[in-house]
Amino acid sequence: MSTTALPVIAAKADEPSLAINPELTARWLEAFLRDEMIERRGIGRAILGLSGGIDSALVAYLCARALGPANVYAIRMPYRTSSPSSLSDAQRIADALGIHCETIEITDAVDGYLKHAPDADARRKGNVMARMRMLVLFDQSARRGALPVGTGNKTERLMGYFTWHADDTPPVNPIGDLYKTQVWALARHLGIPNEVVDKPPSADLEANQTDESDLGITYAKADRILNLILLGYRDPAIVARGFDPAEVKLVRRRVDTTHWKRHLPTTALVSGTAINEFYLRPVDL
Amino acid sequence: MHEGRSGVNAALVQFKPRKGEVSANLAAMRAVFAQLAPGEPDLIVFPEAALTGYFLEGAVYELAMDAPTMAARIDEQWRASGATRPCDVVAGFYENVDGTFHNSAIYVRCGAPEGVHVVHVHRKMFLPTYGVFDEERFLTRGRRLSVFETPFGSAAILICEDAWHALMPTVAALKGARLIIVPSASPGRGLCGDDELESNARWKSILTSAAAEHGVYVLYAGLTGFEGGKGMSGGTCAISPRGDVLQSAGPLEECVITVRLDRDEVDLARATIPLLGDLSAVLPDLWLDDEIPVMRRLEEHA
Repeated sequence: MSTTALPVIAAKADEPSLAINPELTARWLEAFLRDEMIERRGIGRAILGLSGGIDSALVAYLCARALGPANVYAIRMPYRTSSPSSLSDAQRIADALGIHCETIEITDAVDGYLKHAPDADARRKGNVMARMRMLVLFDQSARRGALPVGTGNKTERLMGYFTWHADDTPPVNPIGDLYKTQVWALARHLGIPNEVVDKPPSADLEANQTDESDLGITYAKADRILNLILLGYRDPAIVARGFDPAEVKLVRRRVDTTHWKRHLPTTALVSGTAINEFYLRPVDL
Repeated sequence: MHEGRSGVNAALVQFKPRKGEVSANLAAMRAVFAQLAPGEPDLIVFPEAALTGYFLEGAVYELAMDAPTMAARIDEQWRASGATRPCDVVAGFYENVDGTFHNSAIYVRCGAPEGVHVVHVHRKMFLPTYGVFDEERFLTRGRRLSVFETPFGSAAILICEDAWHALMPTVAALKGARLIIVPSASPGRGLCGDDELESNARWKSILTSAAAEHGVYVLYAGLTGFEGGKGMSGGTCAISPRGDVLQSAGPLEECVITVRLDRDEVDLARATIPLLGDLSAVLPDLWLDDEIPVMRRLEEHA
């Protein structure tokens, strides 16, 4: 027996990781797009709203890699209050990829409705804009024979930070199971311009709006808390990992109060053949 | 089987079925047969749910078939492929047994002069019903793990989760299996691995451990292609009785792995590390241990 102290080798902390292998992830998501679009639906063209933000930029890159740039249609849909830099960032993405890019202003359509809703607050106006963009996207989809591709990430889906039946309507979404911090990692790997990757995320529905000020927490913290919640950890166990109890409560509340936004409408069941209750068929059969 | 050679040639097909399109998938199977037939394979393995895709929900009752029909259809493809000699084929399918439905895999001898012969049908015993999986909502579990004779020797089939329970390959080996065939449909998940999905790395760990512990060949055939956003993760591989990965495929592309199975390798692996023999000796003590709850329950029912 040695008389000196034995070396102590500490095990690493068992913290669930949000790290991704970006190249493996990109290949997986490209295969998803090809299989779900071309093989399952017979549609080789994608159409998406290109906002100038990182989520739609990433989806544009993935679509271009999966389908070829000539088969990707980006639509910029600014409202009169939209930031000019959003428009130029979107153009930067389209130019870098060589994808089709068109601008369709939604100002007339949105203001045409809002004339009848003079009491609409910022939230309602934002929802009208989001739903107008989806209307345009689906019409342009029909015009071009291109499938709308969704750009919502896992963080905003879990936080309910999107307009129901607007941002979430495209039939395929390659990034909906990626947290925002994973979106950033993948975007950097794919070479998305730094101007787009590094700018503060914003829904750009109001001047100087940012996601993190809207949500009341940074994405970096929200993602780690969300991951622990989804893995089944209770609040005390999450707080014990060093998180602010108020932030854990905030994230938990947002998840718990928005389950409805992640489902189809609740339908009264009156038969033994109720759709999706008794009559069960997968989406791809 | 090749005369004078102590082994068989196997081919493992990483297959991407068109969802629910049985006829199209049989045609694709025939094309694979036509490609492989000149190489004179003895055994060809397709994945779980090969003719329909995996996630069927209620449509399983429309697409399931009985084992003789499945055997006849596979045999038709083999005979129509231009093959000139018999071959054994394993394929996963949803089985209708007089209105009871199983996730099954058939081992069928095709192209024989005396006609098609069903050697064995394994009915999946562990039906995953958690998370993304919902098998037991629609299917009934199999109740028996049997070993059957093949040109290579005794073999067993384990379907997907069957192989995740260490006891299953153990029981198969104790019953005499020298070859374990694993048709599978595994939705890939976990994208932080060095060069492969975490779920595929887990599979490799499980399969190599089972092969090395019992001195058995393990042949794994994985479904590939996306089904409603869930990507079947391929990972088709052949594992030697020493636990070495002889060849493995990636997650995404259809492909075929060919492998020569050598009978001597099983004997040599078991002679070098005789864990299976050790287990056979100790097993009675383990089973007779009255602290094992299952044994107590059996006694209560006696």
